[in-house]
Amino acid sequence: MKRSRVIIAFIALALVLFPLVVKSDYYQHLVILALMWVVIGGSWNLLAGYTGQVSFGHAVFFGTGAYTAGILANKLGISAWWGMAFGGITAALVGLFIGWVCFRLRGPYFALATIAAGEIFRLIATTWESLTEGMVGIMILQTFRSKLPYYYLALLLAAASMFVFDLVMKSKWGFYFISIREDQDAAESLGINTTLYKNVSLLISSFFTGMAGAFYMNYMAFIDPHVVFSLHYISIMAILVGIIGGVATIWGPALGAFIMIGVQETFRSSIFGLAPRWVSQSHALVFGLLVMFVILYMANGVVGDWPKIKRLFLRRP
Amino acid sequence: MIAVSFFEVREISKRFGGLMAVNGVSFQVEPGEIFGLIGPNGSGKTTIFNLINQYYPLTSGDIVFHGKSIKGLKTYQICHLGIGRTFQVVKPLKRMTVLENVMASAFSRVNTFGEARKLAMETLAFCNLLPEQDKAAKSLPIAGRKRLEITRAMATKPELLLLDETAAGLNPGELDEAIDLIKRIRDRGVTIIIVEHIMKVIMSISDRIHAINYGQTITEGKPEDVANNKEVIEAYLGESYA
Ligand SMILES: Nc1ncnc2c1ncn2[C@@H]1O[C@H](COP(=O)(O)OP(=O)(O)OP(=O)(O)O)[C@@H](O)[C@H]1O
Ligand SMILES: [Mg+2]
Repeated sequence: MKRSRVIIAFIALALVLFPLVVKSDYYQHLVILALMWVVIGGSWNLLAGYTGQVSFGHAVFFGTGAYTAGILANKLGISAWWGMAFGGITAALVGLFIGWVCFRLRGPYFALATIAAGEIFRLIATTWESLTEGMVGIMILQTFRSKLPYYYLALLLAAASMFVFDLVMKSKWGFYFISIREDQDAAESLGINTTLYKNVSLLISSFFTGMAGAFYMNYMAFIDPHVVFSLHYISIMAILVGIIGGVATIWGPALGAFIMIGVQETFRSSIFGLAPRWVSQSHALVFGLLVMFVILYMANGVVGDWPKIKRLFLRRP
Repeated sequence: MIAVSFFEVREISKRFGGLMAVNGVSFQVEPGEIFGLIGPNGSGKTTIFNLINQYYPLTSGDIVFHGKSIKGLKTYQICHLGIGRTFQVVKPLKRMTVLENVMASAFSRVNTFGEARKLAMETLAFCNLLPEQDKAAKSLPIAGRKRLEITRAMATKPELLLLDETAAGLNPGELDEAIDLIKRIRDRGVTIIIVEHIMKVIMSISDRIHAINYGQTITEGKPEDVANNKEVIEAYLGESYA
């Protein structure tokens, strides 16, 4: 218990000091993105890892949050920072609608509906030009020149989300989420309103993902439908972040976010310019292989399989 | 004024396609008794539990608890009303520990982690499962799993407990323990409806027994009368206790 507190304090300190020590915009940018993914991966994990309701479409919540912030600034002329609150709320409302329709049914309906919802929203954002500027996307003015404010906001958001997820999982709700994942019939007979609590999990998950989307709008100052509603860049990435670090653990998705940003960047930059250009185009393929590897050899992710990994590396010949 | 009955099923039926799995069964259960429900394989016992539990909607009939119909409620609401159940095919929450399993159900009565833990520990102690508290539920042998079913149901503080073959698959020593536990649950004031194939168990602990076959009532009465009933013996003919 005590040792883990020391480790947490050390990680927190390292993250607080990082941008003061590493002045490179590029590396600060990568860590900001990783911190944003800590939020999304943790959100996905709450719903899929803990509650057992696998989402293939977290982009719908991310994009809704991002567009809420963008439209607030673009159409209503108020600060896109309001999107941090309203983006979470609109994403949660979208989540509740999907949950209301799907969670009364059992089976793959929810998983399928999340994919469909992502695509529908992408089409809406593409075609409803008077609201969303269509394919052109929404561009706003960045509030800060420096990366530091964004960095610390992302850090705060990541820490807050992890704190909330941890709190939830140690409460009655957390027990209910896991019970639902393990056996819905048993859960119902033990007095758990499974439909309600699946929606509660989805509500929290979509809210935080929407907030992350709104943060992205503020930070990048540009969004378009193909990025923020992307199956590949957002929905699949959320799954990867969720499972590579370790499903159904608090630290798994946090670690997963850093691993995946690292992997993504390594390939996007063609292994830092050392490899031919086609490598950068193959990163979808690499993502796919990575998922297969993790499922085959580390089904519990890095955090869940830590003892196994430790054994592997500590084994001296 | 007529006293309100504690628990009653009235002419309940359940149709699965062309099969009447339960066909017009009625019985009343008195508070504090152990009420046995027997019948050959496939006669509809588990289905009756699933109807009481509202896992399946009734095809017809009514189920009354404390004078009020519970027809059409949700399964989780039945639990909150005070009717707990175990599953014949056990349903442990596999990747949770034994303690977590029981805590999850304790949360139906309390709200905080501390209270749930306390209620779960008390219930585990009562059911003699305390030594297994930190084991993963999936690692328990069958006797432990059956006992976990009972413990979990007890942590919801039921007034009426439905036990579906909780003694099946136990060895003689475990069987005596199970009988002892069921009696201690009754002594706590919990009313029990028990489905059991093992005649030694059902005959020795039931106050009254209701026998069914093909979803219909054959007879109801004291254990010795039911055991000597011609139709009951016929229904069970060929089985060792006939
Ligand atoms: N969901 C279902 N769909 C269709 N038929 C069902 C369903 N559940 C039960 N049945 C049928 O209803 C009949 C009664 O089954 P039930 O499980 O209630 O019997 P039981 O008395 O509990 O038997 P056992 O002693 O083997 O546990 C059986 O013929 C069974 O096949
Ligand atoms: Mg049965």
